[in-house]
Amino acid sequence: MVINGTAKVTLPSDEQILITREFDAPKHLVYKAWTTPELVRRWWSAQRGEVTVAEIDLRVGGKWRYAMIANEGFEVGFHGEYREIVPNERLVSTEVYEGMPDGEALDTLRLTEVNGRTMLELLVQHSCKEHRDAHIESGMEDGLQDAMDLLEQVAVSLKSD
Amino acid sequence: MARAATTADAFNAVAEPRRRQILDALVGGERPVNDLVRVLGIAQPQVSKHLRVLREVGAVDVRDEGRQRLYRLNGEALKPIHDWVKDYERTWSARFDQLDAVLEELKQTEGDVRNGD
Repeated sequence: MVINGTAKVTLPSDEQILITREFDAPKHLVYKAWTTPELVRRWWSAQRGEVTVAEIDLRVGGKWRYAMIANEGFEVGFHGEYREIVPNERLVSTEVYEGMPDGEALDTLRLTEVNGRTMLELLVQHSCKEHRDAHIESGMEDGLQDAMDLLEQVAVSLKSD
Repeated sequence: MARAATTADAFNAVAEPRRRQILDALVGGERPVNDLVRVLGIAQPQVSKHLRVLREVGAVDVRDEGRQRLYRLNGEALKPIHDWVKDYERTWSARFDQLDAVLEELKQTEGDVRNGD
């Protein structure tokens, strides 16, 4: 198995997006990197720009806000509120993309550690169908994953042409 | 609850399980309508209705050969969906690669502190 795999994105239901990734570090360090502003500044940009804001008020009801100037010059911002905090294990917060302020998602971060390695799961739960649709441009009724499986096949068939 | 009439995009076209079945059947190659009717096990008018939706978004193409109408998959039309997820996945992968570097440093620092005690 690869030491650090790529992020895996799956769509477990119509309203959910699940991101998983394994890290070669204990969970308290992953949690620290996830919840410390100076550290968030270093990884959240996804190499697409520069993080300009990383504010974290880590308590239930506390707010967070991240923003970055993308390489293309525009600014993107996200903010939310912490709902549930179990240090090193579980963090539930709301998430609003400021380009679409009506759509609020609920993010659940779960960290589990085995032999010093951490499995990270981030579940993004959209609050209502319309916002989910707007966010991922999807109107699927039963099981995005089915469609994804199909599309994977389609992609493979295109490649072999 | 009424759904908005938004069948004219790829996301909606593949929302319906029967339509996905049709696309699945066409992954293997071109097929006549009768074939699809047999595979899906539903009446031809319904199959035709689904094919019409798929044609509207360009997910399938049709041609006549003699008395037969042959349908084939046009994967390009479904690419927006595939691309969206792939793009999202790339963003998170890039993020996590950077996070790896941060974690390496934290591990190092923690080790140093422990050794210093």
